[in-house]
Amino acid sequence: MLFQKLQQDILLWQGFKPVSAGKAERIGLGEIENSFPGSVFPKKAIHEFITVLPEHSAASDGFIAGLLAVLMENGAACVWASTSRRLFPASLSLFNVEPERIIFMDVETEKDVLWITEEALKCEGLAAVVAEVNNLSLIESRRLQLAVESSGVTGFILRKDENKTTSTVATARWRISPLPSHTEDGMPGLGFPRWQVELLKVRNGNPGSFVLEWAGEKFEEVKKAKKQIVWSEMEGRQIG
Amino acid sequence: MQRRFVSIWFRQLLADWQLIRRPELKDVPFVFAAPDHGRMMITAVCPIASDFGVEVGMRAADAKAICPGLEVLDDKQGRPKTLLKGLGEWCVRYSPIVAIDEFGMDGLLLDVSGCTHLWGGERGYLKEIVSRLKSKGYTVRLAIADTPGAAWAVSHYGKVTPLIPTGEQVDALLDLVPDALRLEETVLAKLRKLGFYQIKSFIGMPRSVLRRRFGEDFLLRLAQAIGTENEVLVPLQVPIPFSERLACLEPIKTRNGIEIAINKLLEKLCTRMQAEGKGLRTGVLTCYRIDGKVVRVDIGTSGATHSISHLFKLFQLKIDQIRPALGIELFVLDAPKVDDVEVPQEEMWTSAPGLDDKSVIRLLDRVAGKVGFQVIHRYLPATKYWPERSVQRAVSVTEKSVTTWRVNKPRPTELLKIPVPIEVMAIIPDHPPKFFIYKGVRHMVAKADGPERIEREWWLDQGEHRDYYQVEDEQGGRYWLFRSGHYGSDNKYKWFIHGFFA
Repeated sequence: MLFQKLQQDILLWQGFKPVSAGKAERIGLGEIENSFPGSVFPKKAIHEFITVLPEHSAASDGFIAGLLAVLMENGAACVWASTSRRLFPASLSLFNVEPERIIFMDVETEKDVLWITEEALKCEGLAAVVAEVNNLSLIESRRLQLAVESSGVTGFILRKDENKTTSTVATARWRISPLPSHTEDGMPGLGFPRWQVELLKVRNGNPGSFVLEWAGEKFEEVKKAKKQIVWSEMEGRQIG
Repeated sequence: MQRRFVSIWFRQLLADWQLIRRPELKDVPFVFAAPDHGRMMITAVCPIASDFGVEVGMRAADAKAICPGLEVLDDKQGRPKTLLKGLGEWCVRYSPIVAIDEFGMDGLLLDVSGCTHLWGGERGYLKEIVSRLKSKGYTVRLAIADTPGAAWAVSHYGKVTPLIPTGEQVDALLDLVPDALRLEETVLAKLRKLGFYQIKSFIGMPRSVLRRRFGEDFLLRLAQAIGTENEVLVPLQVPIPFSERLACLEPIKTRNGIEIAINKLLEKLCTRMQAEGKGLRTGVLTCYRIDGKVVRVDIGTSGATHSISHLFKLFQLKIDQIRPALGIELFVLDAPKVDDVEVPQEEMWTSAPGLDDKSVIRLLDRVAGKVGFQVIHRYLPATKYWPERSVQRAVSVTEKSVTTWRVNKPRPTELLKIPVPIEVMAIIPDHPPKFFIYKGVRHMVAKADGPERIEREWWLDQGEHRDYYQVEDEQGGRYWLFRSGHYGSDNKYKWFIHGFFA
């Protein structure tokens, strides 16, 4: 009890404003949510996803779609800005997202993506904004963070370039890698999509690594995960 | 209100225009001629030349023989029309609706209903136009009547008075020749042959008789002249009901100044639109610079709106395109397209968010204004199995889907726009691949699902069917592969990768 109180006090001193108790909702990530300050998934924040390989990017798309299902529950729309979008709208319905409520903006330049992202993050009628960029500088990320703080729209940034490890002010940095799926009793075919969810950085929280499955309707954590070969550990592979 | 029309007939449009341009031709007979079937035919004659008996339709060589010292000038196709257009735009000061007389191509028709009292009645009005045009150098004949047809007839052939009082156009027409009805030459010849030299000799005849002899067009022209049939004028400048202008005392050069100007114009325009329940769909800002150039920027909205702040933001994105140069002296803001504004009922609680949320619509307007409308896409399910065609673009933001999204078959999260060929080792006949090589990396397949055969729509395009497999390699990457065509058939089968699963 005393320990929890102390933790909350430290968070307050660090400048973190706790979400009021009545509004604390679960996003369906289970154990992962405990990594965030106050055990609440920060909706008013920028989440950064490192996606170098197309397999990573597909896994991140799936993971984000699972989150969007909860964020867009109230009927709000979502903006998806990109220069080279490969997301297939028809697949989103498998993650309980209505694809017609996502507005895609396929522009030519990275500059336009960032402009649209900032404008969209200021727009209170949206639930979330997803942007696919190659790189994000500190200044750009700070602008996006400021936009988010005033409106409360969740921002997801898919970063393609890992090498430029510029520091950003994103609240959380994720890396989603695909894992071999598991089928019951060795049945043939593929099981539910399974991912290694690495929370590389959380502001005021604890980073960690988890194994997660999209169990048709919701996320499900896989407890007894054996050490698998994680995609991100394979180096020297061509970027697709 | 009784409608009134004025017909202005420029008796020697081209000759007058040439005299204004070259006053030294005042004492020289000249004609305009254009080549026709290998000879020069006269298209316009100046007054001096016509005294010698030169007429339109004569050969230039013949005219030269009659009239010594005749100067033949080249005529250009469509020149009267450009001249009339310029004159018509000048005449907008007399009436907002000015049309070119398409029949003769030598006059203007004005809808002057409710305009004449500004010049002290119809007589003063006509006098003003005649004297102003005369001072410019044009000789004109005018007439005013209830119908454009009657005004045209009286201006060309009237001998008594150019002022035809309301309801008396039939009396005025009676003594005129049939040519006054704007008829085809063949019909006129027929009329003359039958001895109809005046309109009164056939105006009382039964319609069925006239139609059989002279055709439907003849009856229409007659009806338009006497006023039983409506004649629609095509105005040169469509009057824009929502337009505001701001003249500046000093030329404006700075961004700040332009912003203030836009704001002032929007305030005036939006107050008017709000009072009438209208909203802007397209807006055009025209900036007149002091060096005589005109700069235009336009905006568009996806829904009618009269919100000043929103419209201002849309214009703000375009200010970079305005080059003030030495300065802008006049701003004109037009709203060529307006719509009724749907005033939503004030919600007691916060309204449900969605695609038609006000802030979302505004965001789309801004993106469309900055990057272009073509970058915004939304997808609806299509009733097709072929993966590339299973989604279709939505036309509007609010368009609803007719069918539901199919969820019973696996579809990849990321779909390649064009399938990429891969190298595959697979067991015949329809086992999934053992391994495949994509971009130089060998993926050993650990788990697989399929095949799912998708036939090509033969009525749309030719080609092979596809057998799709969902495979997972040993690292956990999930892919969508397909084989195009049958094994062993004459045409070669091929393997492709088409997508990545989450």
